[in-house]
Amino acid sequence: MRSLTNRIGATAAALIAGFVPVAAFAAAVEGAVQKQATNYEAIIMFSIFVAGTLGITYWAAKQTKSAKDFYAAGGGITGFQNGLAIAGDYMSAASFLGIAGLVYMNGYDGLIFSVGWLVGWPIILFLIAERLRNLGKYTFADVASYRFQQTPIRTLAACGSLATVTFYLIAQMVGAGKLIQLLFGMEYLWAVVIVGVLMIAYVTFGGMLATTWVQIIKAVLLLSGATFMAVMILAQYGFNPEKLFQHAVSVHAKSGAIMQPGALISDPVSAISLGMALMFGTAGLPHILMRFFTVADAKEARKSVFYATGFIGYFYILTFIIGFGAIVLILAPDASGAFPFLKAAPAAGTLASPANIIGGSNMAAIHTANAVGGNLFYGFISAVAFATILAVVAGLTLAGASAVSHDLYASVIAKGRVSERDEIRVSKIATVVIGIVSIFLGIAFENQNVAFMVGLAFVIAASANFPILLMSMFWGKMTTRGAVIGGWLGLISSVTMLVLGPTVWKAVLGNPAAIFPYDNPGLFSIVISFVGIWFFSITDNSQQAQSERKLFEAQYIRSQTGLGAEGASAH
Amino acid sequence: MQENAQKILNNPKFQELVARRSSFAWTLSVIMLAIYFGFILLVAFGKGFLGTSIAGGVMTWGIPVGVAVIVSAFVLTGIYVNRANGEFDELNRQILEESK
Repeated sequence: MRSLTNRIGATAAALIAGFVPVAAFAAAVEGAVQKQATNYEAIIMFSIFVAGTLGITYWAAKQTKSAKDFYAAGGGITGFQNGLAIAGDYMSAASFLGIAGLVYMNGYDGLIFSVGWLVGWPIILFLIAERLRNLGKYTFADVASYRFQQTPIRTLAACGSLATVTFYLIAQMVGAGKLIQLLFGMEYLWAVVIVGVLMIAYVTFGGMLATTWVQIIKAVLLLSGATFMAVMILAQYGFNPEKLFQHAVSVHAKSGAIMQPGALISDPVSAISLGMALMFGTAGLPHILMRFFTVADAKEARKSVFYATGFIGYFYILTFIIGFGAIVLILAPDASGAFPFLKAAPAAGTLASPANIIGGSNMAAIHTANAVGGNLFYGFISAVAFATILAVVAGLTLAGASAVSHDLYASVIAKGRVSERDEIRVSKIATVVIGIVSIFLGIAFENQNVAFMVGLAFVIAASANFPILLMSMFWGKMTTRGAVIGGWLGLISSVTMLVLGPTVWKAVLGNPAAIFPYDNPGLFSIVISFVGIWFFSITDNSQQAQSERKLFEAQYIRSQTGLGAEGASAH
Repeated sequence: MQENAQKILNNPKFQELVARRSSFAWTLSVIMLAIYFGFILLVAFGKGFLGTSIAGGVMTWGIPVGVAVIVSAFVLTGIYVNRANGEFDELNRQILEESK
């Protein structure tokens, strides 16, 4: 497996250089890739993972009877388990392969990203986690629509959820297709179909319980694998990071520049805008918010975030070490004086170019696995990287299906007059439909640049879902009108500015210059949404608005004390 | 339920819980935001400092500062959970008990 023979056009390097803010959100692998030799170790290990998770799905299916079981795993997940599952949702293939690749290419800049991805979690804990748990049932729309007219708010929340889920899913499906070519040496189409079929199986049969356990297992495998890699790298330098950094600086073409901030953050507006999208987007992702309803009470919800923050932070420190490990293992000659992971050995007396890496910078972590653990471990990490995508899409699919069945079908269409059995049936049908649609989208977008799509998902979540959720919990004067207008303004403005911005208008659509100057519109669209909610609530003097304001008190008491909150189902 | 809610609202302990928990949560949020945006501003404007060597080696101040931001996020969540799951939950339990 060391002789990765096919050479791959690495557009990833160009992407990283030009569009880092969005590229780092990105699907695992960008640009054209060529199929590698069949990797049997990886395929066998991935098959073991699939067999194990299908076994869990079978077990979960037997436990899953009520709607509460299906949507929220019966509320019986512990804080520790949920923390692992949340961390698993967050440690996507993009953050493992993408950030390690970013560190490999640019050094320190990768760490700046990791930090941005992490700091949203404490804020979620301090301000929304326990209120969310106390008010919600199955979806975040339960919370956002608590004292408002159900139809408009649920429709808005469901549209926000489905938009977020769809863009996220496309990025993941395309990433899966590219990864399977690189890692398993199998066809693109195979990946898309395997992922689609398995996610339908996990979600329709096992509901949230199976989805959670698939995520937990993946999180444990990924954390163990990454820990092993980091330890093996540091061991070569006697666990002295200074020695590792010295070696890295001596072999990297950017030399000492990899030890300090580079070109990543040039203007503070972009930086703050990106930070806001990351922070508030995390707090608006429907598949993450759903996880707060799987635990018994506010106490466990808080513990979930504590453990999740710990695991995610630890993981990012590991990826940083792995990225530096990649620099020394890929850019310095091995024991026999060869450069097995570069397309061509550098000319005598010159430093290797990092962009020369086989498979593009996203392969940095995978090559490093090969270098520290041999073929078997390389197969293991490849299998885990693919399993990562599978686990994330299962959670996304469940979130999308819940938006359809619980918000659109049960509340908007049937006005609450629906049996639990019918609602679950609709949810399962929605799961199958979402699964099939994402297979087709995966095929349709094979040759498209999807790097911006995860960014788009985050910006929509931050600009539409998060403001209505936060304001509904904190601001008693909010009304249905304010929420609906503000939410839609956020959704529409974020999509419009992103499309007119450099990442889509210039890079994807090929126009010479962008109409909107910033890569990330978060700073503007989030403000538009909040101001919209405020203005159209404060000027709303209707009868309906008055009665909605009166209902805030009861909601407030429940959000603070958990009086009347959903408990765990008993079985 | 309606009656319980009224009792809770009239309970001074409830006001105390809300006041204490909110100010604690907002204080920690502001600390976290200050740390993060401070770090970002340092990246944007203070590249020189982050690139300065510690003790003459290649290790720069940027590394411990970045790692410290990550660790601070974890520590702050720990501080909050510790107090919320102990002191605040005990107060909350009393309030719910007294509302029955």
